[in-house]
Amino acid sequence: MWKTILRRVILMIPQIIILSLFIFLLAKMMPGDPFTGLITPNTSPSQIAKLRQEAGLNNPWYVQYVSWVGRAFHGDFGMSYAMQRPVTEIIGERAVNTLYLAILSVIITYVIAIPFGVWAGRYEGTWIDTSIQFYNFISMSTPSFVVYLLAIAAFGFGLKWFPTSGSVSVSASGFFGIIASRIYHIILPSILIGILTNASTVQYLRSGIVDNKLEDYVKTARSKGVPERVVFNRHILRNSLLPIAAFFGNVITGLLGGAIFAETIFSYPGMGKLFIDSVNGRDYSVMTALVLLYGILTLLGNLLSDIIMSIVDPRIRID
Amino acid sequence: MDTSDELLLDIQHLHTAFRVHDHFYDAVDDISLTLHKNEILALVGESGSGKSTLATSIIGLHNPRNTKVTGDIMYNELNLVGLNEALFNRIRGNDIGMIFQDPLSALNPLMRIGEQIAESLVYHTKLNEKEREARVLQLLEQVGIPDPPLTAHQYPHELSGGMRQRVMIAIAIACKPPIIIADEPTTALDVTIQAQILDLLEDIQKEIGSGILLITHDLGVVAETADTVAVMYSGQIVEQGSVYQVFEHPLHPYTRSLLRSMPQADSDDEELHVIQGTVPSLVNMQRTGDRFAPRIPWMPASSHEEHPVLHEVEPGHLVRCTCYKTFYFPDEKEAAAAGAPQNANEGE
Ligand SMILES: Nc1ncnc2c1ncn2[C@@H]1O[C@H](COP(=O)(O)OP(=O)(O)OP(=O)(O)O)[C@@H](O)[C@H]1O
Ligand SMILES: [Mg+2]
Repeated sequence: MWKTILRRVILMIPQIIILSLFIFLLAKMMPGDPFTGLITPNTSPSQIAKLRQEAGLNNPWYVQYVSWVGRAFHGDFGMSYAMQRPVTEIIGERAVNTLYLAILSVIITYVIAIPFGVWAGRYEGTWIDTSIQFYNFISMSTPSFVVYLLAIAAFGFGLKWFPTSGSVSVSASGFFGIIASRIYHIILPSILIGILTNASTVQYLRSGIVDNKLEDYVKTARSKGVPERVVFNRHILRNSLLPIAAFFGNVITGLLGGAIFAETIFSYPGMGKLFIDSVNGRDYSVMTALVLLYGILTLLGNLLSDIIMSIVDPRIRID
Repeated sequence: MDTSDELLLDIQHLHTAFRVHDHFYDAVDDISLTLHKNEILALVGESGSGKSTLATSIIGLHNPRNTKVTGDIMYNELNLVGLNEALFNRIRGNDIGMIFQDPLSALNPLMRIGEQIAESLVYHTKLNEKEREARVLQLLEQVGIPDPPLTAHQYPHELSGGMRQRVMIAIAIACKPPIIIADEPTTALDVTIQAQILDLLEDIQKEIGSGILLITHDLGVVAETADTVAVMYSGQIVEQGSVYQVFEHPLHPYTRSLLRSMPQADSDDEELHVIQGTVPSLVNMQRTGDRFAPRIPWMPASSHEEHPVLHEVEPGHLVRCTCYKTFYFPDEKEAAAAGAPQNANEGE
């Protein structure tokens, strides 16, 4: 088991190299560079050229790539031109904020998805199922940013129930005070993310239940005299929940993507907002570091899914 | 079987209808059967004749939302038709054990073998966990599993088909049920394994004295293991009797075609040589006259009864419709034309 995981991690190395190369070249191909925006009447083109030379921007791309990777390997992604601070430090702060948001969103996603999936599957074909399917259809087909904007307008600016920006109030003090303030800041976006991104989990669970209900082993369980409630919980539900557990890794990575919109609209200082800001500000060093990080997190999410699957399903052995 | 043996199941005028497009169609149409202690009753018939439907009706596993079961299934003064679920759950597994055709899909892939066998004991015995574990090992031993402690901890996919079917049998006999229903227990297995599983079933039956309803479409299996046999066609019984009666004096054209098409050692084609066609689907099933008539079109309409009923030709030997009296196979026609009397004893 540990050997296999190690092997999978080693296999990720070439994937990450290809990914980093791709990101690097893509960033190079984008028009402009960090200094383009700095040209003002006060800075002469020759000064800019000197800055470029100092930053190594005139070297061949592969030299730039190797030095970027070399420094990245030591956790050094350079300086943010926009913020004049080390990229690693900025991402570190923001990642913590995103982590809080992600944890609460995942909890809310599952708190909604599991009962909905179970009800839809158990009462397949009834109005309960139809309503849940309808809700999923709506949540999948509505652009999430529209919902975020409406919600922030209504509950943030209108009713003033929730803050409309930031991650923690400056006036919060004490350990619990800060925690409470943090939760208060993420509660609205988390609920919205939870409401909007559970459809795949609901559908996965529902179809698992619907399929498993018809399996022969369920008939065997009934033929043993096992009461129907137990047949459902121990056989049908348990067998349908295992793939859901394995789907966890994918839910996490999907959520990180989803958080980009939410953070930007709620002005929540997480990685997602940082990413959008870095794209707008042509803050290359931040942007490339974030894309690389998202890529690695996706690979890790998939690995996590495979590991969970092999733990919960005895038929799958990853060796 | 000794006819004086205790009556276990008395099925009278059983109908099981499935709803298809808002209409109910009888897949089991007025079936009456009895099963005694120590008896192996074989139920034979082609695919779609309603064998599994009958079995599922006995153990009460049809979904009441789209299935209607009427008639009587008497078990110890208790009518299983319409029995409430709580009571039925006390009977399933405890009084009736069931073995399914495909032992891979019939076992929960995510549960250890030991756990699946023990589940039955949880609901029908007062054994504690330790005692259940011991009983599981004893059962695995009884069904011929070479290493019970190992197998108890394995998952279904780790076992061969034959081993899985042994496990299914262990589940079915866990509470020593007086009735065992085996729905094509050997169809999914290799020929060599088939014989072993049947031997095992016979041994078990001798040990616990159950009555077994053995569903199969293999007449070789019937001849070797069963005491009595009922031949089903299109939801009805067309012939029924002791194995001796039915194999030595087959009467109904369907039985005779089945016997005639029994795969010989030197041929392996499984179709009914003489009789073309298949059992019609549930919705297209003919409900009047002789249901088998379309497959023996050379027989004149006058040879069939308008409302075919079962005739008792000998004590215990029943046959439906009167067409058996004049029935012949087309390739026997020359003999018939040559003036040989057509009679019911061509099988001899
Ligand atoms: N749940 C159901 N709903 C509707 N029709 C059904 C249902 N179950 C079985 N049938 C139909 O009832 C008829 C009898 O089916 P059944 O499974 O009892 O046949 P069988 O004799 O067991 O066949 P096989 O040898 O293939 O197992 C078939 O026409 C089948 O299509
Ligand atoms: Mg069947």
